[in-house]
Amino acid sequence: MATKWKPLIEKITSEFIKSLLVSFWFMFLTFPIMVIKVHPLERTIEWRWMNMAYVAIGSFVLSFIWRYLMERKEGGESKEEGETWQKRIGLKIRTDKRISMPGLAAVAIFIVIFPLIFSSYQTQIMISALMYVMLGLGLNIVVGLAGLLDLGYVAFYAVGAYCYALLNHHFGISFWMALPISALLATTFGVLLGFPVLRLRGDYLAIVTLGFGEIIRLILENWNEFSFGPSGIAGISRPSFFGMELSLQQHTIYLYFIVVVLVIFTIFVVSRLRNSRIGRAWIALREDEVACQAMGIDKTKTKLTAFALGATWAGFVGCIFAAKTTFINPASFTFMESAIILSIVVLGGMGSIVGVMLGAFVLILLPEYLRAFSEFRMLAFGAAMVIIMVFRPQGIISGIRQRYEFRRAGSEPGGAQ
Amino acid sequence: MDYFLELFLGGLTRGSIYALIALGYTMVYGIIELINFAHGEIYMIGAFTALIVASVLSLMGMSGLSLLILAGLVAVIYSSAYGYTIEKIAYKPLRQAPRLSPLISAIGMSIFLQNYVLLAQTSDFLSFPALIDEFSFMEPISHIMRSSELVIVLATIVCTALLTLFIKFSRMGKAMRATAQDKTMAMLLGVNVNRVISVTFIIGSGLAAVGGVLISSHIGQINFYIGFIAGIKAFTAAVLGGIGSIPGAVLGGMVLGWTESFATGYVSSDYEDVFAFGLLVFILIFRPAGILGRTTSEKV
Repeated sequence: MATKWKPLIEKITSEFIKSLLVSFWFMFLTFPIMVIKVHPLERTIEWRWMNMAYVAIGSFVLSFIWRYLMERKEGGESKEEGETWQKRIGLKIRTDKRISMPGLAAVAIFIVIFPLIFSSYQTQIMISALMYVMLGLGLNIVVGLAGLLDLGYVAFYAVGAYCYALLNHHFGISFWMALPISALLATTFGVLLGFPVLRLRGDYLAIVTLGFGEIIRLILENWNEFSFGPSGIAGISRPSFFGMELSLQQHTIYLYFIVVVLVIFTIFVVSRLRNSRIGRAWIALREDEVACQAMGIDKTKTKLTAFALGATWAGFVGCIFAAKTTFINPASFTFMESAIILSIVVLGGMGSIVGVMLGAFVLILLPEYLRAFSEFRMLAFGAAMVIIMVFRPQGIISGIRQRYEFRRAGSEPGGAQ
Repeated sequence: MDYFLELFLGGLTRGSIYALIALGYTMVYGIIELINFAHGEIYMIGAFTALIVASVLSLMGMSGLSLLILAGLVAVIYSSAYGYTIEKIAYKPLRQAPRLSPLISAIGMSIFLQNYVLLAQTSDFLSFPALIDEFSFMEPISHIMRSSELVIVLATIVCTALLTLFIKFSRMGKAMRATAQDKTMAMLLGVNVNRVISVTFIIGSGLAAVGGVLISSHIGQINFYIGFIAGIKAFTAAVLGGIGSIPGAVLGGMVLGWTESFATGYVSSDYEDVFAFGLLVFILIFRPAGILGRTTSEKV
């Protein structure tokens, strides 16, 4: 009996000691920054020993979880099974009309009556969540499908927003006129940036796009004659509805439906694109550039279209953003915004439309409703990006590629070579 | 002429700091081909640790050189510890993953550390005590070069020289070069690759902390965001000189420092960062391998 329990007890003690060591290490590591706080003006030091206790307990518990997840990841067996089980459910929902049709109808009804049953404030939040869905889907083309890490996505967003704001300010051009112009201008910028950086490999590309995004923001901030500098542009007109006068609340509802329609349009376009010739070329390019070129795919053209199409959506959303807030300044277009959009794509699942949508709702709505924790939002985003990459690189909902192969093999045996 | 000299020396100081941070980027990239996005944050944490330690010690009545050395030492130790821990958490589990994964993980780590310092400390600019006293022998030229600038330049030279010697002659340095050339082969020949990578992160982070302490003491204020811009610029410097090459990082740092200094001095000071990023974009487009880098063709 004793021999049977011995390895278990040994395992528990060794795990316990490991966690204890991790806990001590983190107590040491976080000591100066978490515990000591200097007030330079009063020349006093605040010692916050409670923080050290939190760190100790937190790291002790987390290290158990971390090692457990690590072991599971390395074991791999049980996870494989779980995935096929998840896949089967996903497949069932999508293929079985008895489930998918009423489901879709329920979602559609909910979307339509949402602004009527909830307050204007809730609708505003929903609008921004839907805007992030579009941004996420746009970036998903670049990052998820084509595998080009774009850290300056917010630049195109800024281009779209400033395009509408400036056109409206100087020439009084309406939202509906400006929407395609903004998108076109953003596309142009996408091509302009895309063209020179195509030769660059993944990580260099990331840095150049980041630099590009910062350049755009700095120019907007400093070129006062053109963009009115840090004070921004105010009094941008809201979208008009056949020339009718609308109250603020009606405007919100109207904008909500515009965004809903555009989101549906985006989903339609992106899902069509993904299964098109160009979409498959993107995925092939993501998987292996050299092999892709050997198969006769034009690398330059394929990458450029990905960049340009991604930028187009940022331009659309930028225009909507300007119309929604009626005030823009460069502070809305920092790197953090790019990082949020990127984490939507990464967390949701690169390449998956449903995943990106889910990611946007989780990342935008959760902090809104958990106001008390909203200051921890970016902290949680950062941590989530690391954890997702380490334990579930495919995101909450994995991309369509594997599913596509899976279905093909199942339904058409011998169809693929 | 005096104005030119002032800009030249200002660029030299700036460049030295970029070089110190760029060394960390270049070493990490040379060994595991990863842009360590969190490296700028390590530099920021180094500066914050030094600030906290220096404040505590100065309230206890310490001052002068011993304060600088002690605060600097603690900052280097802590930054190295952070570098080591970050590698273990965010990069080591992703050794076999596709290239994009560790990069995203690094960005996540960078955001996490920024907000960690923001929440644990403050979002305001904190004034950093001048740890480097004015030397009397610098009196005649103090209008073009301050003593802290001299210390920064000297510290960079010493650090680079020590690092070069370490990599050239020590056993660990040899193992590092072997790992950079071919990780699998190095492993087969008995090099403990995991330890080599850890040591690389520790050294790189320590150098970043040295840079952080010196520049913060020179400029006089820090906040949680300094690491981001400094990190990007140091990366620019590393790419400029040819990433993976140690003399390249120093050269790149200097070129970037002078570009910024002269451009802000003679053109416009509003667009300081635009010049740096513009130079980065320019270099990557026309000479992605950098000034001293070799062009390598990708193996299939």
